[in-house]
Amino acid sequence: MTSTVTATSPARDALMMVIFIAAVLTMPIWLTPIGAGYPDLLQKFAIYGIFAVGFNILFGLTGYLSFGHAAFLGVGSYTAVWAFKLLGMNAIPAVALSIVFSGVFAAAIGYVSLRRAGIYFSILTLAFAQMSYNLAYSVLTPITNGETGLRVLNSDPRIFDRMFGGGETQGVLLANFFGIELTGYAGFYFCAAILIIAFYVSLRIFRSPFGMMLRAVKSNQNRMNYTGLNPRPYTLAAFVISGMYAGLAGALLCVTDPLAGAERMQWTASGEVVLMTILGGAGTLLGPILGAALIKYFENIFSAFNDTTLAQFYSFLPEGAQHFMVELSSLFVGEGWHLTLGVLFMLIVIFLPGGIMEGIRRLAALFNRRGTGGGAAANDAGTVPAPAE
Amino acid sequence: MDAILLQILNGLDKGGAYALIALGLTLIFGTLGVVNFAHGALFMLGAFCAVAVNKLLTLEQVTLDPNQTTAWGSPLEIRTPYIENWLGDFGATLIDFSVPVSILLAIPVMLIFGLAMERGLVRFFYKRPHAEQILVTFGLAIVLQEIIKHWFGANPIPQPAPEDLRGMIDFGAMIGLTPGAVVYPWWRMVYLMFAAVTIGGVFAFLQFTTFGMVVRAGMADRDTVGLLGINIDRRFTFMFALAAIVAGLAGVMYTPILSPDYHMGMDFLVLSFVVVVVGGMGSLSGAVAAGFLLGILQSFASMNEVKAIFPGIDQIIIYLVAVVVLLVRPRGLMGRKGVMET
Repeated sequence: MTSTVTATSPARDALMMVIFIAAVLTMPIWLTPIGAGYPDLLQKFAIYGIFAVGFNILFGLTGYLSFGHAAFLGVGSYTAVWAFKLLGMNAIPAVALSIVFSGVFAAAIGYVSLRRAGIYFSILTLAFAQMSYNLAYSVLTPITNGETGLRVLNSDPRIFDRMFGGGETQGVLLANFFGIELTGYAGFYFCAAILIIAFYVSLRIFRSPFGMMLRAVKSNQNRMNYTGLNPRPYTLAAFVISGMYAGLAGALLCVTDPLAGAERMQWTASGEVVLMTILGGAGTLLGPILGAALIKYFENIFSAFNDTTLAQFYSFLPEGAQHFMVELSSLFVGEGWHLTLGVLFMLIVIFLPGGIMEGIRRLAALFNRRGTGGGAAANDAGTVPAPAE
Repeated sequence: MDAILLQILNGLDKGGAYALIALGLTLIFGTLGVVNFAHGALFMLGAFCAVAVNKLLTLEQVTLDPNQTTAWGSPLEIRTPYIENWLGDFGATLIDFSVPVSILLAIPVMLIFGLAMERGLVRFFYKRPHAEQILVTFGLAIVLQEIIKHWFGANPIPQPAPEDLRGMIDFGAMIGLTPGAVVYPWWRMVYLMFAAVTIGGVFAFLQFTTFGMVVRAGMADRDTVGLLGINIDRRFTFMFALAAIVAGLAGVMYTPILSPDYHMGMDFLVLSFVVVVVGGMGSLSGAVAAGFLLGILQSFASMNEVKAIFPGIDQIIIYLVAVVVLLVRPRGLMGRKGVMET
């Protein structure tokens, strides 16, 4: 984590940004061989990447472990669907309003929760998120449409759509970006563009004096107090920013599929983003995106495996061994992909507390020691493929 | 008056479950300093001990009776559990009492599992940050859940209470109120008694035995106890197993109230954590008190009269109380000074 602080220069950042943009935009190409090159999954990579990047601004920099970030995701989703319903199917106002609303919501929750730290902060955020979830399911049904989930109907006002004609569309309503319907690859590129912007903003925050202040909060809050600085405004700002990221992610979920449900706010969803961030490497720039992509990849690919595909995979083995291997691996795929996730997760926390980024760094260090002489070149070779991992 | 008494009773049995889980969590935190997110999974494991015992006891022998035929003309299948063939009436009673009998299986299972978990995983995390402890035990909880799901399926498996304890008890009449005003299921009464006895047992163990005294000394100052030549680690490992047993037994006895499924542990875990924090991290009596308190508050909040005034209050009451307590009393209700105060 410290090396991200020390080993930086504008040139390196620019290089990383260029590689990151290239990697994200070409994802449909280089992810196809591993079976992830279809728009639905790619959209999820980008959206949950944004969610995790935002969470990392709070957890990675300040060390405050929030267990209630799904609430902001949910607020963002509901706001986006209401924007669709009232204003029209253009994605821009929906996204903008979601960011504003989730930011306000985060400011309110953060103001209260940040009065405490450590596990108490975690429990407070968890309590607020569970309250929002339970209320969305029960009393707030007029706003959230409860269990059924909120969706856009043809009979909704959609002022702008009607103003510019074409309001009376038939069939399923899809979000658009000034006329381009945001489904399939168009939807992915919309999310990818926002992911790139979000990543750039997070990069600037990491490198700014503000980011340095947040790291100071993490390393020693007492010392910060003694130097006459009040950490509360900084942590609150970080909390609100990460809440806005979560709201943005929630809005994008609705842009790609205009339906908002309360289960998005459940604490398991908050747990998921924590897992993503830790898995990738908390406090690193790229780690959360890698973690998010990995978890979503497992969820989609592993859960699609069944006994037939497994039998094909092990077809080179003799009959008995094949049967045994299929039985054994079927525990871990399909319905049981959560087991893989749990095991993977335990292994990462036990052996590699810094997450994937830590692993990459160790590999790079190994490279450096092996190759005599051109250490810097080897280092570059070790770190540069990181976004493409 | 009757209504209030009824709500208190209703809250007590749920509060009993919260209190038992929270007691275990606090034991682990107070002795080892580890935040155990797998504790809900231990509760669930205990519940599935009851399911397993019930399945074993009701393994059936199928015999064909040629004298009787079914409506389709084929010989009637007569299914009798093996245990009834072997033991006769006593076997039938065993099946009837399968849930309490499961305790006999659950204690050794949870003991061994607790010891294995502490020695095999948790002890490597004493010195690591709380966040990593939470994460690794959370991972373990997922693994346990999925294994149980693989064996027993994803659907809830109802467990019957013993025949004699299935009815209702007219609690109001027993204490001299109008008969029929306060009726309460027998099994919940049993659960309440069981929770009280278990909690009392744990406290008595800590208070009145030499072992318990050493453990309490270790909770106060681990290093000094170690310097006195006492192997405190071994005792703490046993306390971890004890906490696992308490959670497991809470799960076993809860099965007739709530049909166990693989994710029941997680639902209880979140609430139990709130209970622990409200009671004060590291305070055993705080955890128990907060467990019963929140259980009762929750049952009051689900009264129709209350819901008419504050719609939706029953959904959020526990969290609301947690927020208020944490903001007003930062250490929780009975938290010790200096324990996790940041």
